[in-house]
Amino acid sequence: MSLSLSSMPHPGPRKDAAMAARLGASRKRADIIIRTLCIAATVIGLVLLASILITLFYRGFDALSLRVFTHITAPPGSEGGLLNAIVGSLIQSVIGTAIGTPIGMLVGTYLAEYAKDSWLGNAVRFVSDILLSAPSILIGLFVYQILVLPFGGFSGWAGIAALAIIVIPIVVRTTEDMLQLIPNTLREAVVGLGAPKWKMIVLVCWRSAIAGIMTGILLAVARVAGETAPLLFTSLGNNAWSTDLSKPMSSLPVTIYSFAGSPFEDWIALAWAGALLITLGVLSLNILARTLLRSRT
Amino acid sequence: MASESVMPIKATRRSSGLGDKVFALICQAAGILVLILLGALIIELFIAGLPAFRAFGIAFVTSTEWDPVQELFGAGVSIYGTIVTAVLAIVLAVPLAFGVAFFLTELAPPWMRRPVGTAVELLAAVPSIIYGMWGFFVIAPAFAQNVQPWIIDNIGEWPVIGFLFQGAPFGTGLFTAAFILAIMVLPFIAATMRDVFEQVPPVFKESAYGLGATTWEVMKGVVIPYTRVSVVGGIMLGLGRALGETMAVTFVIGNANRISTSLFGPGNTIASLVALEFGESEIGSLKLSSLLALGFILFLLSFVVLATSRYLLRSRLKA
Repeated sequence: MSLSLSSMPHPGPRKDAAMAARLGASRKRADIIIRTLCIAATVIGLVLLASILITLFYRGFDALSLRVFTHITAPPGSEGGLLNAIVGSLIQSVIGTAIGTPIGMLVGTYLAEYAKDSWLGNAVRFVSDILLSAPSILIGLFVYQILVLPFGGFSGWAGIAALAIIVIPIVVRTTEDMLQLIPNTLREAVVGLGAPKWKMIVLVCWRSAIAGIMTGILLAVARVAGETAPLLFTSLGNNAWSTDLSKPMSSLPVTIYSFAGSPFEDWIALAWAGALLITLGVLSLNILARTLLRSRT
Repeated sequence: MASESVMPIKATRRSSGLGDKVFALICQAAGILVLILLGALIIELFIAGLPAFRAFGIAFVTSTEWDPVQELFGAGVSIYGTIVTAVLAIVLAVPLAFGVAFFLTELAPPWMRRPVGTAVELLAAVPSIIYGMWGFFVIAPAFAQNVQPWIIDNIGEWPVIGFLFQGAPFGTGLFTAAFILAIMVLPFIAATMRDVFEQVPPVFKESAYGLGATTWEVMKGVVIPYTRVSVVGGIMLGLGRALGETMAVTFVIGNANRISTSLFGPGNTIASLVALEFGESEIGSLKLSSLLALGFILFLLSFVVLATSRYLLRSRLKA
């Protein structure tokens, strides 16, 4: 072994035992330093998440009382709550998701079952991915242009439309991904029984992919429930009690935005309570979605 | 018996032709609707911004004016703020994201990977407005009292880059906005990096380990070269997200329409300017048109970045 090494022509560090040891030590040192830095980076990430959650609990928990759920927003100093904002957020998020989901599912189905490699399919896939990451404030401006300006003012419907446009690409992505996981043998078995393609998709493929698609829907609800920017230009916000979708409608994020930026102590406290509520809701939806997906795969 | 079992098949076959056509058409129509949505978004923003483009010409993009009284508007300051905060956010986020991805794929014991990975991904789920409040009430005061005075005293005097870190420690400003943005895009970049690191064939890594390489050397010599293109794609995805972030930035950037040489100075971004000024703009005014023109510019910026990201990540999309 040593014979064959020493017969090699080029002077490697192996010839000098001390140098080899030094090199080995410095390589190990570099490895340990990088490992430590990477662990530190992960710890920083976790500490930041913890810091956000602790701040929310610390500031929001005190402000959280039954009044928050039973009273609507009120002028500073007059014992208001967040009831109209909570209800408005629920209405807009749920209807927005209910409108966006079927469209997203159909698009995802089109991409996975009909247009895997066609140019139209690729174009739709590309555009959907762009919409997925496009700034949500632009979607708000767009809906303002097409629904608020021509139809005489801010409305709950405009907010719903903006949220639905945000939902679509999320559901497209998960639907297509989940349908692609289904083995082709299953499709062949169904077609082999004489079933038409649409029955194969609706009764077999969708049913097999339902857990994944549900995950996408839950993630979409979680995403739109916290959206502020698109609602600023569409449903605007409303300090009175209103469930009329053709009028401006309150929402939790927009209320938090205007309260947190105000100089009034009680409004800021309410903003923290709202922030705690919305974060808990969004994070639990996310964790629920992940557990759902994991239990099925 | 035989005729009974044959009949329904015939019946299904006849109706299936129509059912299939209708269903395929509905799916295709939904796909085309998505195309129309994005197309309409571009056209609507452009048309709405047209009066501003007409009034100020190409100088709209470079002008640093924002004077509602004299009706003079320019996008220069907000474009500068958008790009500076987004790029600085990436500079801050990439090392962290790499560390997290490296930790999750190579260093962490298997039982730890899922909970830690989920926790980091939850950072992406926290709504933008929450980052804004947290940044405004927790990070900005901490920066004003501790972090920024220290940096100003110690780095502010350095040659060449010192001017970036001078001025008063407001707490809010470009740097704080970039810091918050960095945390917000960290999970996107880290998740992409982790996914592509996991796609490296184990046999490549095992060969390097077999030659006596350390974990870091395997990372540096095998994993990173193998995944380089996708890693850049992940970084571009983070950049695209950072460009259009609105609420968090609005809270902490200081909202002043001027270009400060110091990163600690206040500024604005396209998204924060639109969010703040929109409510004070009258329908049909030149200001509103300028804001929508800003939206159009922001769309172009993020479109280019996101399209590049997607192009670089195409190999991962196929896998």
